[in-house]
Amino acid sequence: MVSRLVGIIAKEFIQLRRDPLAVTLALFVPVVMLFIFGWAINTDVKHVPTAVFEQSGSLEARVLLEAFENSQYFTIRYWVASQRELTRLIDEGNAKVGVVIPPDYAKQLSRARAEIQVIVDASDPMVATSAMNAAASLGAARSLDVLTHTVEGTVVRRNGPPVDFRVRAWYNPDLVSAIFIVPGLIGALLMQTTITAMAVAVVRERERGTLEALIVSPIRRWELLLGKIIPNLFVAYGQMTMALLVARFVFDVPIRGSLVLLYAMALLFMWGTLGIGIFVSTAARTVPAAMQLAFLTFLPSIYLSGLLFPIEGMPRGAQYLAAAIPLTYFLRIVRGIVLKGVGLGYLWPNLMPLAGFGAVVFTLAVFRFRKQLD
Amino acid sequence: MDAAAPAAVVTRGLTRRFGKIVAVDHLDLTVRTGELYGFLGPNGAGKSTTLRMLCGILEPSEGGGHVLGIDLVAEPERVKSAIGYMSQKFSLYDDLTVEENLTFYARVYMVPKPERGPRIQRMVRLADLGGRERQLAGQLSGGYRQRLALACALVHGPRLIFLDEPTAGVDPVSRRTFWAVIRRLADEGTTIVVTTHYMDEAELCDTLGFIYQGRLIAQGSPARIKTEAFRRTVVEVAAEDLRKAADALSDWHAIEEVVRIGTRLRLIMADGPSADDVRAFLEHEGLAVNWVHEVEPSVEDLFVSFVDKERKLRLREQLGAV
Repeated sequence: MVSRLVGIIAKEFIQLRRDPLAVTLALFVPVVMLFIFGWAINTDVKHVPTAVFEQSGSLEARVLLEAFENSQYFTIRYWVASQRELTRLIDEGNAKVGVVIPPDYAKQLSRARAEIQVIVDASDPMVATSAMNAAASLGAARSLDVLTHTVEGTVVRRNGPPVDFRVRAWYNPDLVSAIFIVPGLIGALLMQTTITAMAVAVVRERERGTLEALIVSPIRRWELLLGKIIPNLFVAYGQMTMALLVARFVFDVPIRGSLVLLYAMALLFMWGTLGIGIFVSTAARTVPAAMQLAFLTFLPSIYLSGLLFPIEGMPRGAQYLAAAIPLTYFLRIVRGIVLKGVGLGYLWPNLMPLAGFGAVVFTLAVFRFRKQLD
Repeated sequence: MDAAAPAAVVTRGLTRRFGKIVAVDHLDLTVRTGELYGFLGPNGAGKSTTLRMLCGILEPSEGGGHVLGIDLVAEPERVKSAIGYMSQKFSLYDDLTVEENLTFYARVYMVPKPERGPRIQRMVRLADLGGRERQLAGQLSGGYRQRLALACALVHGPRLIFLDEPTAGVDPVSRRTFWAVIRRLADEGTTIVVTTHYMDEAELCDTLGFIYQGRLIAQGSPARIKTEAFRRTVVEVAAEDLRKAADALSDWHAIEEVVRIGTRLRLIMADGPSADDVRAFLEHEGLAVNWVHEVEPSVEDLFVSFVDKERKLRLREQLGAV
């Protein structure tokens, strides 16, 4: 029994070693993926090009504009001399935000009731929201009214409360996207590897006719599956480690919680994804078909799990779907452990769905696999 | 071959149904220990289904049997460990070397570790793969791959081995080498059950069994099959007007069957007329004959003669597809 299991595992490792492309892909895909998602996808809006129509020439106005720049959300690119010029810059898309300071700004301020105008190009909602919030909070801090106009013409009047309120962003004080996205990518990565590699490992044997020899041999179904799962887990954990190293040392993602807990939780997560992989292997006849099918199962997870977009903002139907996706729960676990440093006490609500998914899908997949071999 | 030794394979009423289709129909098969048994049949005749049941991977719907004294129905797992099996797909890992393939199958078949090395060495010699131990299986040519597949099937030293069309798609020289190897194995006491479509291969067997529609329709040594069960002459004719010749010959009572094969006619004749008689007959009918000669009967010819008339046409069609 041990000999048979060892036979399969040893064989899988030799095959992996003989396939330089597979090894390269296994090791570098995580890195490439982290770089693409971690760097290129940036949902914070910073350094928005801003045009300023400053009519007061006062010290107070300069202080205000400095505050704008210091917030890092705005970068003043243009100083204009007319409202028309400001409009043109925004229309051309050179400036996303326009700030209009009235001629009597200093006088208004002395009466404790100053009004400045912030025009935001809302054709990019992400920029608009971010800029409006930033401007409003800057205004609030100075107890002034900031009149924000969107390009569509809606006017939002924000009455600055006379209190000085400050929002503190916990766990990710600088609101860096990478810190939010990178830990999540580890989940996506594990999912992709386990599903695709598992499905391909089985389908390849069927395609080449070696599965037939194994069926005739005294090997048991579970030995065959375990012999394929163990090398697969090895690769998956290797990738996870690689991804954590890149996250920590390239993206400065703080790793606050227990790594042991994280690796253990990953196993629970992969129980289900390996099940999906086995399922895919029973449905596909050829390796390319298996890969496409694997990709198909992977796609909804990427978009619905909250990896890139928050689930809270999704329509109700999508939220129900998200609740059926194991990655959704694993992402909460990874982010919880990595970013918040929390333990099982806080994470347990996510354990049951993962375990349930694993139990159901894995069992069904193995059942289907066995049935197919008979 | 020891007549007193228990049979390697015995089945009694072995039956397998798939839904309404009866793939194997109350098959009584006996393969004596140490013999080379040729299992013949057109595609879909029930050969593979029978082999799968004998290998312990398919449960019989009815009946049963013993393989190396092990009950097929009660202990299929023990059957699997005891036998060897090689399919026409060769089932090799192309990205593993010759030695690694052998090691893999030795582990899968639980060859104890101390025996593994010597056993693999023996297999390398048997399959004439010396010097190629570290070559990737994918880089071997057809004949070597075939012998490696055989070596993998034999690595655990089974006393019975099933070969499912082991020579399909292999060149004639390699086929001959391969048959020399399995003939030697049989002579050394390994029981071999092999399926084939080639007559020259069938003739190397000790016993032939013909299966059709799930039943054994003839069995015996190649000589007995040919002289007693078959007892027909096969003649090929090339004539100027093949169609007219075929029409004329079909009316001749001595001829059982006329088949057109390309530019020739193949005649199966019950005892009596010879090739010369055929020429005389055709010339008497006023047809120009290019040549006529007697040929060796093929597996197909034997087959066709064993089944009743109404099945013949359909069978020829099936065989044509082989």
